[in-house]
Amino acid sequence: MELQPVTAAKDDMREHLVVIGNGMAGCRAVEEILARDPTRYRVTIFGAEPRVNYNRIMLSPVLAGEKAFEDIVINGADWYAEHGIDLIAGDPVVGIDRAAKTVTSRTGVTTGYDKLLIATGSDPFIIPVPGHQLPGVVAFRDMDDVGTMLAAAEKGGSAVVIGGGLLGLEAAHGLSLRGMKVTVLHLMPTLMERQLDEAAGWLLKQALEARGQTILTGADTAEIVGDGKVECVVLKDDTRIAADLVVMAVGIRPSTGLARAAGLEIGRGIKVDDHMVTSDPDVLAVGECVEHDGNVYGLVAPLWDMCRSLADHMTGSPSGYRGSVTSTKLKVSGIDVFSAGDFSGGDGCEDIVMRDAARGVYKRVVVKDDRIVGAVLYGDTADGNWYFGLLKKQESVADVRDLLIFGQAFAQGGGAADPKAAVAALSDDAEICGCNGVTKGQVVSCIAKGAHSLDTVRAICKASASCGSCTGLVETVLALTLGDEVQAGARTMCKCTSFGHDDVRREIVAQNMRSIPEVMQKLHWSTPDGCSSCRPALNYYLLCALPGEYVDDQQSRFVNERMHANIQKDGTYSVVPRMWGGLTNPRELRAIADVVEKYNAPMVKVTGGQRLDIFGIRKEDLPAVWADLNAAGMVSGHAYGKSLRTVKTCVGSEWCRFGTQDSTGLGVRIERATWGSWMPHKFKIAVSGCPRNCAEATIKDFGVVCVDGGYELHVGGNGGIRVRATDLLCKVATEADAIEHCAAFIQLYREEARYLERTAPWIERVGVEYVRSRLLDDDAVRADLAARFFHSQTFSQDDPWAARAQGAEREHHAPMARFTPVGEMA
Amino acid sequence: MIGEWLDIGWLNEIPVRGSRTVQVEGGDDIAIFRTGENKVFALRDRCPHKHGRLSQGIVHGGAVACPLHNWRISLTTGEALGEDKGCTPTIPVKISAGRVLICRASTLKAAA
Ligand code: SRM
Ligand SMILES: Cc1cc2nc3c(=O)[nH]c(=O)nc-3n(C[C@H](O)[C@H](O)[C@H](O)COP(=O)(O)OP(=O)(O)OC[C@H]3O[C@@H](n4cnc5c(N)ncnc54)[C@H](O)[C@@H]3O)c2cc1C
Ligand code: SF4
Ligand code: FES
Repeated sequence: MELQPVTAAKDDMREHLVVIGNGMAGCRAVEEILARDPTRYRVTIFGAEPRVNYNRIMLSPVLAGEKAFEDIVINGADWYAEHGIDLIAGDPVVGIDRAAKTVTSRTGVTTGYDKLLIATGSDPFIIPVPGHQLPGVVAFRDMDDVGTMLAAAEKGGSAVVIGGGLLGLEAAHGLSLRGMKVTVLHLMPTLMERQLDEAAGWLLKQALEARGQTILTGADTAEIVGDGKVECVVLKDDTRIAADLVVMAVGIRPSTGLARAAGLEIGRGIKVDDHMVTSDPDVLAVGECVEHDGNVYGLVAPLWDMCRSLADHMTGSPSGYRGSVTSTKLKVSGIDVFSAGDFSGGDGCEDIVMRDAARGVYKRVVVKDDRIVGAVLYGDTADGNWYFGLLKKQESVADVRDLLIFGQAFAQGGGAADPKAAVAALSDDAEICGCNGVTKGQVVSCIAKGAHSLDTVRAICKASASCGSCTGLVETVLALTLGDEVQAGARTMCKCTSFGHDDVRREIVAQNMRSIPEVMQKLHWSTPDGCSSCRPALNYYLLCALPGEYVDDQQSRFVNERMHANIQKDGTYSVVPRMWGGLTNPRELRAIADVVEKYNAPMVKVTGGQRLDIFGIRKEDLPAVWADLNAAGMVSGHAYGKSLRTVKTCVGSEWCRFGTQDSTGLGVRIERATWGSWMPHKFKIAVSGCPRNCAEATIKDFGVVCVDGGYELHVGGNGGIRVRATDLLCKVATEADAIEHCAAFIQLYREEARYLERTAPWIERVGVEYVRSRLLDDDAVRADLAARFFHSQTFSQDDPWAARAQGAEREHHAPMARFTPVGEMA
Repeated sequence: MIGEWLDIGWLNEIPVRGSRTVQVEGGDDIAIFRTGENKVFALRDRCPHKHGRLSQGIVHGGAVACPLHNWRISLTTGEALGEDKGCTPTIPVKISAGRVLICRASTLKAAA
């Protein structure tokens, strides 16, 4: 496009307004001023880019091929001409002289001003990793960047986008539509974490992956390598990803260099008051380059508000800018994402969550004191603006609270303001359960035939028995049909879900779910990220269902399992190394003695589980303690875990005059086979050499009592709070049989018990006959269970201490910072 | 120069839905939490119940569950939630260019 600078008449005596920055805010400010007073100022605009004013946010559709540059021009050359605006494009301002009231451009043009408006926007932040200057590394900020990307895309090949925020994802989408193989690297665990919560971030990742993009979260770029041009991106964990193009979209920084050099007051941006006036009354600033009331913005809506206040001020009727609340939408066609306000929760905040797995919808509205304070919508964003409007106006939503999450049409749908009434109004042939095609009439008749609880309704007519999304509806039908007689349904896992443990376990396997956010989405969790009851349970269920594949979520574990030691009331830890079968030797004892001395442990104690416990170790010292114990060949005793604890043994046939079998040796072999496995609760084993039972095998989860000619196997014993003696499972002839039965029993328990249910209450719940039938009726079934156990053991039998001793997850042990007050502490 | 804010490190050093501590010489630790929504909060690392280390608890929503007896403590106010009563001091936090800053005066007061 040809640009024809229009030079204003020399005798123009009007005040001269010079604008630095021909972008979105600069030109909008001029438009606003012209709208109020078209003749007041003579205007000159300097632009670094060699083109007219265009809509920057539409660069994404240009990259994606949905729009051409011509389509996104806001003000063409004719606009400048019509208003007598002098546009000096492609020639950035390089200096401001506030004393002389002039600006100077790169080509040396010096222009005087009466009022100066700085609208320089932001600079993309480039991570200064080695290789960031190689050709082929671009930002995503202006039309030139888009040009570079399009030229690269024409040749095909691979692109790596660093940054999984709004910009990065729009770049990735465009490049992938243009035929490149795209990998997105994101440092954080979830995409767009500033705008989306974990649940929505997870859905977004699924959707993008389904479109063929590779998304790596937690990916920290170490280096970009290439000979003369980009060839490959290397991550800190040494992963290498081939790349012909690298787009850095990791954030922006207000462009404040010019203003700073001119001596204006700068914070994170150029500081302005409510009228967009900087620390110099003749210099104003708007757009992304400013800081107002501590805030810096990166979206256009606030800029429009700023421009209005600026124009009011400049035309003599000041109004004053009061800051903006922003909302975000992702411009990736077919993926609807909306977010606004604050969704961090906190006191007095209530989360209203709706998840519709079948439609891929997640909605969360955060309400405080009957006002909406935040909203995140995924998959169905139709009501985004309605929520955003309510949020901005801070209108009370008390009246529509119950229906809020269903959207404007529902909540304001006149008479239907009571959800119960809405269900009551449904006709008999209205479908209640989409998965199983069950109508309201069928549910009612099922209830009439005696199904008076949610569970029985589910069992008989299958309503809400699949995805569960209609559970609430079924409950309402129950309530309407039975009045107050509704029985409490099966105990739910926790207040975050209407499902019980067994339902959740079954669905995890049936639907092949692979992560906690996925379970929460598909099973309609009512909280955004669960609670301290359900998270550890889900983590365990997934770990059990996907051995070797599921990546453990450390933050969903109780402290002891996260720290691999037992927390004490004073915040220190106790450390219990494994002593196989209760045996030890001088080397181990010496190592323990050394640790006790070296780290000043105040106590060592022989535990009730036949091993030694070292007390009072500081969190910071744990890795070093473990390293010392590892060096003596000892591994974690899992005294802290929902896992195998101890295998107690007695002396057995080797020494004892009554011993019938090698109980010590068998105990060691069983412990070697079973340690490391994660279970619903702690699990204890003992092997006694004869029925005198010195190892107390009949109050253990699994006990072996050796007898002449074989081994009696016992299950479901418990010392502790309520003592329960074991049930006899069976008698077997060989050690190998004993170990196979033990493995099969553990696996059955692992797969079927509820989290935090020990074997004793589990067996009392399901009946010992059931356990016997599963383990004894069919040798093949037992062999399968044992095989599944040993398969999962191939992944879990590595000492968690070893990695920590090597420095893994240092952050769990070291403080983030140390602070020494200088004589200020009381 | 003693500033108003203490720069304690990068935001990325705190695990999401996790926490870190800041040691204050001669006083209690300060626990720094990062929620699933990426908000950062600081509390004295001491449960109002029996002084459990809150930094070692499970973070969920805007609260942390104390590792010792599972009280839920609000990260915004430091108050125990639900039936339990008690409060631990909170410390203002701000994030600037990826760095986490905590208020110096409140840190001293909370740690003392
Ligand atoms: C260290 C030890 C006591 C000792 O000094 O002997 C011990 C210490 C604890 N026991 Fe125990 N138990 C110890 C052997 C036992 C035994 C005896 C045994 O295993 O033969 C029992 C009864 C047997 C049983 O479990 O059936 C036992 C029954 C319990 C119970 C009740 C369990 C139950 O099902 O009723 C709890 C509470 C729980 O787990 O919820 C418990 C919980 C605890 C905890 C983990 C409490 C806690 O959650 O912090 C204690 C940790 C102290 C610490 O900081 O280290 N401890 N505890 C023993 C460690 C054994 C080991 O080498 O790993
Ligand atoms: C690809 C993309 C997609 C986006 N999508 C959205 C979206 O969906 N929604 C949304 O709200 N926001 C979006 N944004 C952000 C939005 O574009 C910005 O908030 C907006 O452009 C900021 O306006 P501004 O005038 O402050 O800065 P800019 O529009 O960047 O304008 C600043 C101008 O000043 C020029 N300049 C800088 N220094 C000088 C100098 N010394 N001399 C002369 N000229 C100079 C620059 O070259 C630039 O042209 C997107 C941004 C990008 C890059
Ligand atoms: S019996 Fe009670 S006090 Fe003693 S170690 Fe076990 S849990 Fe602690
Ligand atoms: S010390 Fe925190 S709950 Fe008891």
